[in-house]
Amino acid sequence: MAEPSHEGAAKPRPVQLREAQVLRVVRDGSYTRLAVHAPAIAAAARPGQFVAFAVGGPASGLLLRRAFSIARIGPAGTIEVVVAAVGAGTRWLTARVAGDRVDIVGPLGRPFPLPVAAEPGSGPRALLVGGGYGAAPLFALAAALRKRGCHISMALGAASEDRLYGTLEARRIADSCVFATDDGSCGVHGRVTSAFDAALEEIDIVYACGPMPMLAAVAGLARAASVPSYVAVEEAMACGIGVCMTCVLPVRPRRGANGSNGTAGGDGSGTPIRMVRACTEGPVFPGDAVQFDLIGQPLPAAFGSQPGPPPQPVSAPATTFEAPR
Amino acid sequence: MSTPEAPPEFEIDLSTTLAGVAFPNPIFTASGCAAAGRELSAFFDVADLGAIVTKSVMREPRLGRPTPRMAETPSGMLNSIGLQGPGIAAFLEHDLPWLTRHGARAVVSIAGSSVDEYAELAGRLRGAVGLTMVEVNISCPNVADRGQVFACSSTAAADVIAAVRRELSGAARVPVLAKLSPDVTDIVDIARSVSAAGADGLSLINTLLGMVIDPHTLRPALAGITGGLSGPAIRPVALRCVYQVHAALPEMPILGMGGVRTGADALTFLAAGASAVSVGTAVFGDPGAPVRIVDELAAELAARGIGSVADVIGAAHRPAGTSIRGAVAPVGELV
Repeated sequence: MAEPSHEGAAKPRPVQLREAQVLRVVRDGSYTRLAVHAPAIAAAARPGQFVAFAVGGPASGLLLRRAFSIARIGPAGTIEVVVAAVGAGTRWLTARVAGDRVDIVGPLGRPFPLPVAAEPGSGPRALLVGGGYGAAPLFALAAALRKRGCHISMALGAASEDRLYGTLEARRIADSCVFATDDGSCGVHGRVTSAFDAALEEIDIVYACGPMPMLAAVAGLARAASVPSYVAVEEAMACGIGVCMTCVLPVRPRRGANGSNGTAGGDGSGTPIRMVRACTEGPVFPGDAVQFDLIGQPLPAAFGSQPGPPPQPVSAPATTFEAPR
Repeated sequence: MSTPEAPPEFEIDLSTTLAGVAFPNPIFTASGCAAAGRELSAFFDVADLGAIVTKSVMREPRLGRPTPRMAETPSGMLNSIGLQGPGIAAFLEHDLPWLTRHGARAVVSIAGSSVDEYAELAGRLRGAVGLTMVEVNISCPNVADRGQVFACSSTAAADVIAAVRRELSGAARVPVLAKLSPDVTDIVDIARSVSAAGADGLSLINTLLGMVIDPHTLRPALAGITGGLSGPAIRPVALRCVYQVHAALPEMPILGMGGVRTGADALTFLAAGASAVSVGTAVFGDPGAPVRIVDELAAELAARGIGSVADVIGAAHRPAGTSIRGAVAPVGELV
């Protein structure tokens, strides 16, 4: 297949819209879809990027933003996110009504790399794997892949049917789709990975978004099948803009680079780990770069201190990481 | 939150002096809440703040603590980063020059695990272009050994400050701020000790040690078990520390911080005796907060008929009813 291109690789700077207008709030199964008029964000946003909402109002005791991947980038300056109302902040957000104003920052993070455009049907065969409402950004991605002539398969999984997100839209946008639930209430009974394992021979590139164990499984299967994969991680974030260092995860170092701003360890000296920010270096990573087995594990205190080159201009992930070994 | 409108044609002098250095306004970032300024420059011009206080840098690159590193708490949050950072060499090569190029006044925070490491860091900063001031973080709670929190012992704190002072004296002299922990029996005692050791000013306060237990798993929410509490939840503690220290050491310059979210919050820190105020955790929820707070502070002063920041520093220590120089009426009658 053609290598994914990185056209427009310079990442746009995020903007803060203090009074973006809520356009629609729609219940969708267990989830809520929230559409916001945010032209400055929509114009720059690409699939895989996310936005962060302030919640609770100016006097709220909820200080931190809630981050959501962009599910849809509308033509008229709208963006849509999918929210699961699981806590006080997300309940506040899903209680908004059309016409309300929200404070939103975006677009944040790096997008999914996309293949070069091809004639309809002659582009790479892409498999999009989603877990729960983690499937949300796959629909913006599918729309972009469609424009590039890709053949699109989708595999969506969740604990139960009511936790599956986007089955109708998947049927509409994908050339083929398969669903899986842990309890068998919809589609294949079992993990989503069991639903597509055999199909990987027919696939050129895999994209996934969902819980970390699912991403680890997808990346492992893709590697075993020698298919490149890109995963969008969900990490707890305090700021979403790259300053707080809470959303870090361990990735394999890239050769000859020593990151600035806390990406310690990538000094090219055989250091096994870099701790990078999911919000800034991610949320999209090559599946092979993420060291899933080291997430949450104690880390060595420090590494050698040789200085490295300046931080590289922000580019899409495939040029940022080594090729899989 | 409503902010009073500044009356037209009323000039507010926001400039302040901290430890002998003049700043165009008293609003700084807080160490660990602004990285080295670059990311926040998407939201405002870093030169528009009084200063950028950079994340504490250590001698070596450091990976920090495992995740989860963050837990939201009522009006606050816990962090357990563990001083992840690029190390002093990369900081000097990339971060400080970037701040200088963009016109920011840089207050560089350093952290070490021994007196020698602090001294070496200070030595590496000697003569660095763009270095305005050094903040010595002797109070990070996210270290494995509580014995390493130098700010919990007046002698250990003084040893570190004296070593840093020695390195940054003579021709390479820059002001040294000691950042203190509120988790001590008597913060005034520590303040006196670092003052005697040569600190030019104090940064008050670092986070409070706290913890969260997940009610579902009944396990600590943070991988590091404990973390540093910040945000408006700690503002009364921070104000108390600033007030107590200013009362005991009125000549000691103070950079106040702890849960500042609005211009009115910043004003209260000035009144408690701070000469400048850092905005920390508020940035996580509102990346534009520091410049918003500069504007709000000007409006708050204008609404009280106060012409300059200098006029309100320490105002809370004056007897009730005392008029503030430049104010059109005793403060309290307008609000």
